[in-house]
Amino acid sequence: MPEQPVERRIRNFDEVPLGYTPEMAMEEASRCLQCPKPACVEGCPVRVNIPAFIAAIRRGEFEKAIGIIKETNSLPAICGRVCPYENQCEGACILGKKYEPVGIGFLERFAADYEREHSKLEIPPLPEPRGESVAVVGSGPAGLTAAADLAKLGHPVTVFEALHEPGGVLMYGIPEFRLPKRIVRAEVDYVRKLGVEIKTDVAVGLTLTVEELLREFGAVFIGTGAGLPNFMHLPGESLNGIFSANEFLTRVNLMRAYKFPEYDTPIRIGKTVATIGAGNVSMDCARTALRLGAERSIIVYRRTEQEMPARKEEIKRAKEEGVEFHTLSAPVRYVGDERGWVRQMICTRFRLGEPDESGRRRPVRIEGSEFPMDTDTVVVAIGQSPNPLVPRTTPGLKTSEWGTIIVDQEGRTSLPRVWAAGDIVHGDATVILAMGTARIAAASIHRFLTSPAGWPTL
Amino acid sequence: MNPRIRPGEPESYLARLRPHYFFRFSFFRHTFNFDCLKWMGYTILSKETLAPGITRFEIEAPLIARKALPGQFVIIRVTEKGERIPLTIVDTDPERGSLSIVVLEAGRTTKLLSSLEPGQTLLNCVGPLGRPTEINLYGEVACVGGGVGVACLYPVVRGLKQAGNKILTMIGARTAQLLIFEQELRRWSDELLVSTDDGSRGHKGLVHELLKRALEEGRRPNLVYAVGPVLMMKAIAEVTKPYQIKTLASLNPIMVDGTGMCGSCRVEVGGRMRFACVDGPEFDAHQVDFDLLLKRNQRYLEEEKLSATLHG
Repeated sequence: MPEQPVERRIRNFDEVPLGYTPEMAMEEASRCLQCPKPACVEGCPVRVNIPAFIAAIRRGEFEKAIGIIKETNSLPAICGRVCPYENQCEGACILGKKYEPVGIGFLERFAADYEREHSKLEIPPLPEPRGESVAVVGSGPAGLTAAADLAKLGHPVTVFEALHEPGGVLMYGIPEFRLPKRIVRAEVDYVRKLGVEIKTDVAVGLTLTVEELLREFGAVFIGTGAGLPNFMHLPGESLNGIFSANEFLTRVNLMRAYKFPEYDTPIRIGKTVATIGAGNVSMDCARTALRLGAERSIIVYRRTEQEMPARKEEIKRAKEEGVEFHTLSAPVRYVGDERGWVRQMICTRFRLGEPDESGRRRPVRIEGSEFPMDTDTVVVAIGQSPNPLVPRTTPGLKTSEWGTIIVDQEGRTSLPRVWAAGDIVHGDATVILAMGTARIAAASIHRFLTSPAGWPTL
Repeated sequence: MNPRIRPGEPESYLARLRPHYFFRFSFFRHTFNFDCLKWMGYTILSKETLAPGITRFEIEAPLIARKALPGQFVIIRVTEKGERIPLTIVDTDPERGSLSIVVLEAGRTTKLLSSLEPGQTLLNCVGPLGRPTEINLYGEVACVGGGVGVACLYPVVRGLKQAGNKILTMIGARTAQLLIFEQELRRWSDELLVSTDDGSRGHKGLVHELLKRALEEGRRPNLVYAVGPVLMMKAIAEVTKPYQIKTLASLNPIMVDGTGMCGSCRVEVGGRMRFACVDGPEFDAHQVDFDLLLKRNQRYLEEEKLSATLHG
């Protein structure tokens, strides 16, 4: 897929991969073997009928292709950009065993973009509205998916979002150069066109409680995500210039701080930006820092590149753009100046020990290996915890010791008529995993609302 | 038993609102779609200039108004390109479905907000955010406010008074002209003391000196509540510490989302990192690192100046 050249893209916030032309897409689609037992579908958390949509692209029937995708995936333009295909559909592709797998992700993106750019956004025929309405809490990937699925089944759905723009992490978290916000808006508009009402500025737990929603709606779906930033609780972590990844990205993405002073929300960036952690969010932060004008952008990670949780593609792009990687090291404290701004990060070195439960080799601190690193901006990107706002204000909603909501295999919580899915259930993960669990919960909600069933006790 | 509510079961809580709101809702639960949010234009119902640069707005926001408790705040946005800024809910009128905020013209957003007129709307308003003040029967409570924080003091004073406490209120401003909410606070206070930096009203000096004097004279409130500039709250904490009087301070750090998502508002309380937006905004003043808060609040001073100059 053609890309924006490195030297140009690190100066702008435009998207990096430029997308297939119709000819390229048809050519790529012709590589698909059309397996009778497609492994790629098994690899997809939302079970898109991949061979069918690829066959449609090969025939040049692009509208038909997107129709097939949208049967199971309401946010294809987003998934075609941020899904870790290499571990899912493309990872399972038979061709990939010997050659390159079919570019399923890029093809999905192509089909979605083609539809949007040719303004042929088609709304599938919707069934007659059914009586019972559903409240969806949170408008991120999980909430939008559940809302779209339920709307397609004919349920009146209202989505509640605490921020001023719907989209959740798609809006505040993932940067413009990886997922343009106009695309998120278009996908949200599609969900709206399915008849879903989206109410912004409603913080469920504060403005309205789940209890109140249960009085007005037949069912409540909670998809409030992993919005609580983790800190390392090191000395000096509250110095100026140290951000959580969430604050850094929210300022830049949701509030458009990269366009300050045209937009009112500022962000201050130093010459050297150190990002702690090596997940996808960390790569986003490190690459955003370059685009904001940082001279050096450094990823600091306590294991090695092999253990990095980020997608290989993201690591590759970050490297191309000049992000430096300092592996086997992590900060232990921060040193600031008299005005309270961070100036130095004291790090310690690690070596890899025995593998832990996750199968990754455990980092072991090397005593006495402390070394200073000069930096004037630090982004702490070591993961997010489940958003506590709803669990805290919903009596009877059972949560785990990590703060995730406990659900059964259908997404049912300990409260009757309340379902949950996405990061609030499984901890911070990928967009597509949240969508997958949301689909299961939406199906369960539909079954419940159409055929009164008992509520299992958790 | 089928847990689903059927028509005819307990009425919508919204129906308990005034009839003119009720008519805006659907009468049928089955087609109920929170229509009340549709007209949530956050219209400015009234505007009043309290002092030069200090304006009180009454804003239509019924969902927030019916929930708001003393000590809570909203986050508002004025324009599409605007910032999200936190403002304390100073008063509510659940009957009218409105809440009041008091705005001090300081930066770009507050200037813009202050220029709005009744009938115009805010773009966004979310709340009520933060944990409400713990309104208990403490006995005697000293409530201290400085600057525009005096307005934030009002709902707390009223709540504490209604709970049966004896209220000693102390308010301070730079000059008499900038004193706000004096009459309102007097109504709910057993005693009200005033200080101005220039001596144009009441005690000449800072408001914590009033508290210090009261304590030296032998007054022993069971609780001291402080809201105002960081340095004022720090001074209050220092005054009450030797007397070991429980002291609460309502902190005002820089926020972005206000729902615990970004950590911009993190403060250190007793050596622990806390988020003012969800864990606060009130904390034990003796445990708060006010110097850190002061520094963190100056993070974007230069950008604020630039923005103010550019936008006139």
